[in-house]
Amino acid sequence: MSLQLQIVSPDRALVNERVDEVGIPGTEGYFGVLPGHTPLLASLGVGVLWYRQGRDMHYLTIAFGFAEVQPDRVTILAQTSEKADEIDAARAEAAKKRAEERFARPTTDIDFERARVALLKSLVRLQAASRARIRS
Amino acid sequence: MPSLIDLRRRIRAVKNTQQITKAMKMVAASKLRRSQERIMNARPYAVQMQRVLASVATRVDPSIHPLLAPRERRPDSRTLAIVVTGDKGLCGSFNTNAIKAAGAFVLGNAGPCSLGLVGRKGRDFFGRRGFSVLFEQVGIFQKLGYDHARTIAQIAVDAFVDGRVDRVVLIYNEFKSVMTQRVVVDELLPIGRREVEGAVLSDAGVDYLYEPAPQDIFNQLLPRYVDVQVYRALLESNAAFFAAQMTAMDTASKNSADMIDSLTLYMNKVRQAAITREIIEVVSGAQAL
Repeated sequence: MSLQLQIVSPDRALVNERVDEVGIPGTEGYFGVLPGHTPLLASLGVGVLWYRQGRDMHYLTIAFGFAEVQPDRVTILAQTSEKADEIDAARAEAAKKRAEERFARPTTDIDFERARVALLKSLVRLQAASRARIRS
Repeated sequence: MPSLIDLRRRIRAVKNTQQITKAMKMVAASKLRRSQERIMNARPYAVQMQRVLASVATRVDPSIHPLLAPRERRPDSRTLAIVVTGDKGLCGSFNTNAIKAAGAFVLGNAGPCSLGLVGRKGRDFFGRRGFSVLFEQVGIFQKLGYDHARTIAQIAVDAFVDGRVDRVVLIYNEFKSVMTQRVVVDELLPIGRREVEGAVLSDAGVDYLYEPAPQDIFNQLLPRYVDVQVYRALLESNAAFFAAQMTAMDTASKNSADMIDSLTLYMNKVRQAAITREIIEVVSGAQAL
C-alpha cells in the first residue's frame, strides 16, 4: 500500500507520484504521514517537506498553504514550493545575510514579520539544498 | 475612373496594413503560447483546491464561516459583478462579448448591482456610463501575477463580509481553445454547496482532524480559495484575449490579401484600358495623315 502524493502551487504542479511516506511542515510542527492515515486537514508553515519512495528520499521547500490527508492520498496546496535541486544556494545565502543584517541593525520602521519570514525561507532553502546534496 | 497612381498608392497602403496585422498576429501567437502554458499550469492547483473544498464542505456546517453561509435572496439584494476585459483592442469581439454579457447581467438582475472592472476596455465603457463602480484595475495584464488576484479577491471578500454586497459573480472570457472563447458568469461568493455536489467522496461522513482548529483553517483556506478562483479567471481571460487577437489578426491579414488581389486586378484593367486608348489615338492619328 502506498500514498498518492500531489503537490501543487499556483504556478505549477510539482509532484504527482506514489510514495511510501511523507513528512510535512505543519504550522504546529512537523508530522509524518504513512498510508492509512486518518483524514486530516492542516495548514502549513515554512519548512522542508520530504517524501520517501522505497529508499529514495526527496526534498522540497514549502512556504504556507494547506495539506489534505486521506488514507490513500496526500494533497499539498502550497503557496510557494521549490524542489531541492532547483534551489540556488548562493541566492539563498545572500537572502539569509540580508535578513540577518536587518535584524542586527533594527531601524524603527522595520517590518519585523516580513524579515522573519524572509530569514526563515532562506534557512529552509539552504537546509533542503544541503540535505539533497548529502543524499546524492 | 481612378488614376493608375491612385490605385498604386492604395495597394501600397493596404500592403502596409497587412504587414502590421501579420506582425501583430505573430506577437499574439507567441504571447498566447506563454499565457496558455500559464493557465495549463495553474489549472491543477485550482482543480485540487476545488476538490479539497468540496470534500470539506460536505462535512461541515455552512454557518461555521461567513463565506460559506448562503444569504436570503431579497428583491434588494446587492450584487457585485466583477467584469474581466482586456486592456487593448484589436481582438475581434473579445471585449464586446464580455461587456455585452455584463450589461445583460446588470439589467437582468433584480437588485442593485455594483461593478468591479478589470481591464481598460471595460473600465472605459462602464465608467463613462455612470454605473456604480466599486473598484477598477487597469493595466495588470502586462505583468499578471498572483498578487493582482489577491488584491481583487480581498476587495470582494471585504465587501461581502461587511454586508455591502450579498453576492459576487465573475464575468470573464473562458479560454476553450485557440478558436473559441466563451463568456462565463461564475458565482464567486457565497461559496455554494452547488459545486460541491459533483464530488465523489470515498469516505464521506468521516470528519477530518484539524490542525490547528477548524475555525483557524477556514479563516485561511476560504479566502485563499477565492484568490485562486479570481486568479484562474484572470489567466483564462488573458489567454483568451491573445487567442482572440491572433484569430482577429489572421482574418485581417487574409482580408487585406484579398483586397490587394482585387485592387491589383482592377489596376491592371485600368492600365490595359489606358494602353488601348493610347494605341487607338496613335492609329487614328496615323490614319488622319
